[in-house]
Amino acid sequence: MTDTVKLKINHQEIECDQDLTILQAARSVGVNIPTICYHDHCTANALCRMCVVEVKGARTLVASCVAKVSEGMEVETHNERVTRSRKTILEMMLSTSDLSQSPELLEMASEYDADHDRFGDAERRSPALIDDNSMFVRDYEKCILCWRCVQVCAEDAQYAFAINFKGRGYHTQISTFYEKPLPESTCVFCGQCIGVCPTEALKPKRQWLLELGYESDQIMQMTRNERSKKTKKPQTSTAVK
Amino acid sequence: MNVIKNKPVTTTCPFCGVGCNLELHIKDNFIYKVTAPFDSVVNKGNLCVKGRFGYDFIYNKRRILSPLIRKTPQKPGARFQAFNLDEWREVSWDEALDYTAKRLVEIYQRDGSNAMAVYCCAKATNEDNYLLQKLFRALFRTNNVDHCTRLCHAGSVVALQKAIGSAAMSNTAAEIMETDVFIITGSNTTETHPIISIQMKAAIEKNGAKLIVVDPRRIEMVNYATLWLAEKPGSDVAVFSGMAHVILKENLYNKEFIDSRTENFQNFSKAMEKFTPEYVESITGVEKDKIIQAARLYANAKRGAIYWALGISQSTHGTDNAHSLINLALLTGHVGKRGTGLNPLRGQNNVQGASDAGAMPWHYPGYQEVDDEQSALIFEKAWNIEPGGLNRKKGLTTTEILSNAHPGGVRSLYIMGENPMMTEPNLNAAHKHMQELEFVVCQDLFINESGAYADVFLPATTFAEKDGTFTNTDRRVQRVRKAIEPLGNARPDWQIISDLAKRIEKLLGRPNSAYWDYSHPEEILDEFGTVVPSYRGIKYARIEKTGLQTPVVDENHPGTPFLYAESFPIGKAKFFPLDFRPIDEGADKDFPLILNTGRVLEHWHGGTLTRNSWLDDLNSQALVEIYPVDAETYNINHLDVVKVQSRRGEIVLRANVTQKTIAGVVFIPFHFAEAAANFLTNDALDPEALIPEFKACAVKIEKVTEDLLPTKQPYLPRGRY
Repeated sequence: MTDTVKLKINHQEIECDQDLTILQAARSVGVNIPTICYHDHCTANALCRMCVVEVKGARTLVASCVAKVSEGMEVETHNERVTRSRKTILEMMLSTSDLSQSPELLEMASEYDADHDRFGDAERRSPALIDDNSMFVRDYEKCILCWRCVQVCAEDAQYAFAINFKGRGYHTQISTFYEKPLPESTCVFCGQCIGVCPTEALKPKRQWLLELGYESDQIMQMTRNERSKKTKKPQTSTAVK
Repeated sequence: MNVIKNKPVTTTCPFCGVGCNLELHIKDNFIYKVTAPFDSVVNKGNLCVKGRFGYDFIYNKRRILSPLIRKTPQKPGARFQAFNLDEWREVSWDEALDYTAKRLVEIYQRDGSNAMAVYCCAKATNEDNYLLQKLFRALFRTNNVDHCTRLCHAGSVVALQKAIGSAAMSNTAAEIMETDVFIITGSNTTETHPIISIQMKAAIEKNGAKLIVVDPRRIEMVNYATLWLAEKPGSDVAVFSGMAHVILKENLYNKEFIDSRTENFQNFSKAMEKFTPEYVESITGVEKDKIIQAARLYANAKRGAIYWALGISQSTHGTDNAHSLINLALLTGHVGKRGTGLNPLRGQNNVQGASDAGAMPWHYPGYQEVDDEQSALIFEKAWNIEPGGLNRKKGLTTTEILSNAHPGGVRSLYIMGENPMMTEPNLNAAHKHMQELEFVVCQDLFINESGAYADVFLPATTFAEKDGTFTNTDRRVQRVRKAIEPLGNARPDWQIISDLAKRIEKLLGRPNSAYWDYSHPEEILDEFGTVVPSYRGIKYARIEKTGLQTPVVDENHPGTPFLYAESFPIGKAKFFPLDFRPIDEGADKDFPLILNTGRVLEHWHGGTLTRNSWLDDLNSQALVEIYPVDAETYNINHLDVVKVQSRRGEIVLRANVTQKTIAGVVFIPFHFAEAAANFLTNDALDPEALIPEFKACAVKIEKVTEDLLPTKQPYLPRGRY
């Protein structure tokens, strides 16, 4: 038997296991706290700050994906301070990254009434698409640095340690060491990273080619050289419905 | 750019025996992406490169989508390979099946059941395999039915059957997290069973489990190991008997378990007396201290588990090797509990299922012996055959089928999905045997090295175009779902077999039909369940979401995650006294190095699927691994082109100078037709299991000029090799 604690979430009194995070405790009583970098199968890192909540007595907002519950805690998950913070986070993300293929994020943006142009004059992060193998492409223009891919490449699943952060601050990007092509890294092409990517920044090559407008027959007729050759991203792409 | 959104189809991976659950994302009959469900008990959202990206063989332009008949009639002794489509004639299914039935029946009526033989397929479904062995047993009255299990785990299967009475993996892969000491031997787990290896890594890194690797290669798992016992190839019996010696001498054995659950302990412990650490060191090259440490670590474990693969079984004493592992588990009582066990990792998606389905020469479905009268009666009743109709004689094994291809022996061979011209040992001899056959049928996706010998080619569907079930390495029966419409004129294997069987039955004029009117694979599994008690409770409706682990004895049975909690299938488990025997062909003055063979991550067995996939871009040519000191001796630099020669054949490929192998041993993966390692391997057999010694033979190596290299692919550097 583990010990339990009593706390209030949105004024509702609950009793739960003392080892739960606030996020888990809230979910257990049907309160949905939005998350972005959090994934059930990755170690929580509190990077995106989307899951912040207000805890009575705490100076700052608290990331509920890592903060544990405690006796007598009073939590508010959707008050004005919290929603304003979430809205700003989404607006900052929208200003720097291409979220066009992240329906869940776009849905959150509309739910929180985020202004796509609030930081309209901000510099967009637009690194070139990396196409260095026949398995998948890496389009870090879409990356929101949620860290999930790095985690599953490391101790959360594969123990391959092929990717990590490079650069600092605004210039931070996921990369192999010394920016080597993936085949020359310790990558084993398990694609665990693709499985957890929330923004389609990582995309299987055949899906990518299909979305560029190639027919499946054309894709399968590509020679080894054609498919591993660096393909230029077209200016206008044919949308695939 | 819009995102494609369609509901994916869940199914089971067609590659290794782990049996990962897949979600196929499809647009207009084209699978463009594969993901894994995070709630899957098998792979928890994870996949390896083959499962994630390797399915594109389905759409490869070389895939055969129409039945074919050879233009030039093939004669025994003068049969030749035809890879080029110009040498084949496209025909209708009716013509192909009528022709096949006519030729097979002619041979059967002229030469009898001994002239007939079939290779079933560990890649095909349980239903496909059940039907194909039924066809050959019920209609051609032959037990010459086998599949690649003979070339994989036959040694393990025979030893496990003799010692405990069942050959399957005793525990569930998911229990790995509960194990505190692992032995991995003869398994390059990270490359051959990647999803099991990541669970092992987590158990080691997160739970503090200890790992002992016993292997002549410095495989990736050595990075996680407490001890690496770098044995000489083929010295497994000595290593594990040495550990048993230490456990006995230091009184670390489980007396209670031995008394209550085993027999023949006295004879066994006497036989272990000679395996002193000093003696073992002299045979195996493993320092005696490591033997002692390994013995203590394993014996003192709370939950010790042994995982092994073909490094143990593919040997002229493969059965003994497996016995030496079973002895260790019995000695310490590390079996019959969660997180422990004897766990042979199966290499193919459905090698467990194909074996369960009776694709073996000595057993009907469910391991019921063909020379046992009671078993024969069961199947005669089930298949509507007159009493005494089924053949009571054990059939020929995979390797024997080919070596018996001569007048008076095997005349026809039906191959479903296998590629013996890549996977048999001593390929030069195997090719000669194949050329002796009178009639060859191939049912496959591509004209591979074996299909090129066929008279008739029957294009089958892939895993994504048919329904059925696969049984994975930990005995879990899982659904395979039709996700896309079959391409071209390809047909599901079970349909091809039933249609052919009906034609054969008609030509034979049998009074009763064995029954072939299936409308869906589900009906075949139901029939399978009526004759195989361990599958009785498995129904499609029960395994829609999560597979069940056999035995599942009735429709309310929950399945069996780990075996032998109370007793062994044969009652008391048997210790086997062992003696050390060397490999069949040791190194000598003329052939001074030992060749070890195996797999790489990106490829799979005979290469029919993966070499026809974009996976080949990641690893497109064979490399021979050679230890730096040996490389210097033979004046070989990294990536030099070399010729490797054994007494049976020679191949030319690039050298990879690496410490991944040990001194005196070279390693070549066997997937690459243009430099097929099996031209070199030794076809000497284990006397009991009849498995060839793929893992050790004598070779020599010399540098040759670049122009002799058979592949024109440029070498692409890979960070992980």
